[in-house]
Amino acid sequence: MTEGLKLKVERRDGLAVIYTDGYINNQGGEEIAEAAYGLLDEGFRTLLLNLAGTKIVNSIGISILIEIIEKMIEVEGRLSFCDLTPTIEKTFHIMGLAQYASIFPDEQAAVTGLQAGAS
Amino acid sequence: MSELGVLEETHLTFRLAPEMELEVRACACEMAKSIRMSTDKVEEVGMAVVEACINAIEHSRAADGQLHLGLAVLGSAEADEPRVLRITIQDQGVGFDCSKLVPPRIEDNLKSIRKRGWGLKIIEGLMDEVNVLSGEGGTSVVMLKVL
Repeated sequence: MTEGLKLKVERRDGLAVIYTDGYINNQGGEEIAEAAYGLLDEGFRTLLLNLAGTKIVNSIGISILIEIIEKMIEVEGRLSFCDLTPTIEKTFHIMGLAQYASIFPDEQAAVTGLQAGAS
Repeated sequence: MSELGVLEETHLTFRLAPEMELEVRACACEMAKSIRMSTDKVEEVGMAVVEACINAIEHSRAADGQLHLGLAVLGSAEADEPRVLRITIQDQGVGFDCSKLVPPRIEDNLKSIRKRGWGLKIIEGLMDEVNVLSGEGGTSVVMLKVL
């Protein structure tokens, strides 16, 4: 068995960044969802998922990310992704996630893009 | 790709269990690396293998609880030059009717309670050729990746 997904959360001005480290499977997806919903309860409406520490995902984990995207749409918030491996990014495009969640090459580009989108 | 011959072939059997997909992935990726496939393509092979395994874990209901992995390097026998990696993921489960599969769409998925069913679409998007054979004897997913 692999070690579970590790998460770190950084709260900034109007933006919360969730850093993942490890495999995003069903358990990993649930942990991300718990963190994301907690941040929504705190009032954050712009979430950035930094996947620099994740090299493997599976479709069960991604289906939970789709649930988070759905929730963000409901509350008129925004979930974005950055630092994806080329394969994870390609997978998100195959699934059409990029229509509903922005994908940025790295965190700096994400912060700049999200600030521009908010203004 | 029918003119290509088999240059190297390996068969392995795994016990169907949570996270066994990572072991199968590691074997497939090792073979892909050994024939100098590019890093991005190796990762795509890995992701496709994970999805094929998860489908077997979740849906096969194989009485023997096993998954069979076949890895074959295809190429021109004269030049001994690898050209294609063929990966076969096989179970002896209950099978399914491929004609009843409906490809998922994100716009429907977002509104639906069920957000699953992406495995085959991901595999087809990442691999160069995919064939699924399924029936009472089980399911076989044959995936080709060109170097």
